[in-house]
Amino acid sequence: MCPLPASTATAGRLPGRRVRRQGVGGPLLAGGLSVAWLTLIVLIPLAAVLVRSLDGGVGAFWDAVTSAQAVAAIRLTLIVSLLVAAVNAVVGTLIAWVLVRDEFPGKRIVDGLIDLPFALPTIVAGLVLLALYGPSGPVGINVAYTRAAVVLALLFVTLPFVVRAVQPVLMGLEREAEEAADSLGAKPSTIFRRIILPALRPAMLAGVGLAFGRAVGEFGSIVLISGNLPYETEVASVLVYGQIESGNTTGAAAVSALLLFISFIVLLAISFLARRGVAR
Amino acid sequence: MTIEARRITKRFGGYTALDDVTVVVPDGSLTALLGPSGSGKSTLLRVIAGLEVPDAGDVLIENEDVTRKPARTREVGFVFQHYAAFKHMTVADNVAFGPTVRKRPKAEVAARVARLLELVGLAHLGTRYPSQLSGGQRQRMALARALAVEPRVLLLDEPFGALDARVREELRAWLRRLHDEVHVTTIFVTHDQEEAMEIADQIVVVNEGRIEQSASPVRVYDEPASPFVMTFVGPVTRVGGRLVRPHDVQVLTDAREASEQAVVTRIVRLGFEVRIELLPPEGDVVTAQLSRTEADQLELVEGQIVHIRADPVGARREPAGA
Amino acid sequence: MSRLALRAVALSYLAALLVVPVAMVFHRAFEKGIGPAWDAVTTPPAQHAFFLTITIALIAVPLNAAFGVITAWLLARHDFRGKRVLDVLIDVPFAVSPVIVGLALILVWGRDGWFESTEVIFSTPGMVLATIFISLPFVVREVLPVLEEEGNEQEQAASTLGARGWQVFWRITLPTIRWGLTYGVILSTARAIGEFGAVAVVSGKIQGRTETLTLYVEDRFQSLDLTGAYAAGVVLALLGVTVLALMTLLQRRHGRI
Repeated sequence: MCPLPASTATAGRLPGRRVRRQGVGGPLLAGGLSVAWLTLIVLIPLAAVLVRSLDGGVGAFWDAVTSAQAVAAIRLTLIVSLLVAAVNAVVGTLIAWVLVRDEFPGKRIVDGLIDLPFALPTIVAGLVLLALYGPSGPVGINVAYTRAAVVLALLFVTLPFVVRAVQPVLMGLEREAEEAADSLGAKPSTIFRRIILPALRPAMLAGVGLAFGRAVGEFGSIVLISGNLPYETEVASVLVYGQIESGNTTGAAAVSALLLFISFIVLLAISFLARRGVAR
Repeated sequence: MTIEARRITKRFGGYTALDDVTVVVPDGSLTALLGPSGSGKSTLLRVIAGLEVPDAGDVLIENEDVTRKPARTREVGFVFQHYAAFKHMTVADNVAFGPTVRKRPKAEVAARVARLLELVGLAHLGTRYPSQLSGGQRQRMALARALAVEPRVLLLDEPFGALDARVREELRAWLRRLHDEVHVTTIFVTHDQEEAMEIADQIVVVNEGRIEQSASPVRVYDEPASPFVMTFVGPVTRVGGRLVRPHDVQVLTDAREASEQAVVTRIVRLGFEVRIELLPPEGDVVTAQLSRTEADQLELVEGQIVHIRADPVGARREPAGA
Repeated sequence: MSRLALRAVALSYLAALLVVPVAMVFHRAFEKGIGPAWDAVTTPPAQHAFFLTITIALIAVPLNAAFGVITAWLLARHDFRGKRVLDVLIDVPFAVSPVIVGLALILVWGRDGWFESTEVIFSTPGMVLATIFISLPFVVREVLPVLEEEGNEQEQAASTLGARGWQVFWRITLPTIRWGLTYGVILSTARAIGEFGAVAVVSGKIQGRTETLTLYVEDRFQSLDLTGAYAAGVVLALLGVTVLALMTLLQRRHGRI
């Protein structure tokens, strides 16, 4: 492997001297391994889904994604994911604000807790919420088998995304702009709305995008607490699971393909918007 | 070792960094590649080092064609502007790196490291990490590290550019002393003409990918080959349509041959020197530099009308194209 | 909003969503005492689930680490056509639902699949493949910024001092990324241990054969063995918390160097 920078220009050579490019072997091997691994592990399997989704022709595809049950599941998934993304936009930013701008004993520990949903397996997350907000929960709240349960589970697993996206940006903000606005007579709420929020928007968008993407595909945390009732609390991922179990892999692939499409569109849109705003 | 870079051309995409450049560096000399940012001087240094491959031309070290050889086989010592210290290694391990990867025996390596740390004045800091050193110390470590491989030529890329003015001056003089002691052919890149003038045996002035002049500091200053060199290497002012040095401007109370009128607009006393700014009826401000004695004798005041001309005897030969 | 009000909202949200529920799981697990909890997680299926989980992680994580380092090096130090595409592709696993991952693997390796094989689906290799998929991006995403931040001057310097390509990588590049690599390995291990959806589809959930710890939790729950479910959940929660603590500790120590 050759660590030299890739600056060997190939543009134009004066006659009489050919200079050999150095060290192409290393990167080529690395590139090959990298692409091969990615292809084998990710691309081929996903391609199989897309291909199988059209196995019965476009007609069958369409039927699979427009069946009453599928429409209900997909609609529920999208609505709930958008709701959760919106809540996270607000609450996530608020939590990030408190973690960055506030001081209180134990703040360090609270900061560490934010990553708990990342460290906890999704199935345990579902269990955790069931313990407190399920049938035998001590506070008398029981959301099991309701749509609220789905929302709750998604709020849990998507908590870190907006917080962790906004936190570093907030920490890096130069206070001088706020101080200048303050000296010019602006109220704190105005300063927040006109100075701070615009600076945070790209990071918030990025976090929201990640949260949405995660919510749309979430499975493990929902499976226990929602009861997976078709038309009621069945989300798209659970629908797909059910179709796999019953051997309807083509139908499963069709709904999966649709889900993938939606996720990618949203992610691309978010990353485009976020990148446009980031002053890097 | 004599270093020769012959007819080097290097392009990056559509941008030509070096255009048919030839430089000869005599054995044992301390040569400065002097030029403004973007002039190509760093690129030339890196081509000599083997960190860049030229599109055309040859590099010879002691008559051996090394153009096709990678950096690690050229036996060059390279010092970077931002030190490129191995952050995860101690100072001693940094210096020992070259001999270590060449599989020299441990005892020999240790001895060499000790000797070099002594040479650069870091003897007691061997067990520290680079992050615990000052900028100047890190650069001295980088020098010791480069010298550890007993290179045929030492190449320094704006070695003092990242340091404070005071440290820069100290290290500049120190580098000259080190060179006198170690005698390795050395090439260093700088945009600071004072630095080049102070310590180099030979100055190669680079501008926009071309060599403007290659000569001793005295000649570059007194006999500049082009207006660019003259302007870059020292202060200039324009009198009577010519580029001259401010200290070659004569300020007279009466008209003389080839003199012109000017109004004194500003008098700045800088200790022993006095700088006078004058405005001729047409053209830009002229700057003249006089000693205090000369200025006192003239009894100048602002607003006074005087006569100025380039010193007919003292002003040096005007560069082509002035 | 006043500072205290904001703090109150944030902390109560976190308490209600995060802290209290997790505490409840511990409470439930040990409700009948430590004995029954311990018994629940030391049954043969539980032990098997634990070791299977560890085994899968031990295979998947090093492979992804190697991929991660190589790919990060490629992206940070070289320019080539399709670099952007590669960069985007690496994040694909983040965007795919675990169930879809399982489906995809079945469609490739299962009955009537592209590379039909009896060794993959309903068996450990399939679960390993699923785990590799979902934990793929972590090491790359931790190592790449370090390489980009650091620049390649140290590597150039090593080269001028006589080090060959492999020596530069081993003595300079690798030590430089050691923290990014560590974080990436920790994160992908946590992710691998916690995977549920993908392995649920691919494994067939055969108790004692292809049940990981997460699948075991679900199994206990569906069998109405709540103590068992909560106890196994506690084991996983402890693993997760350990991971968190390790990361925080290392990050703090790292900051001091």
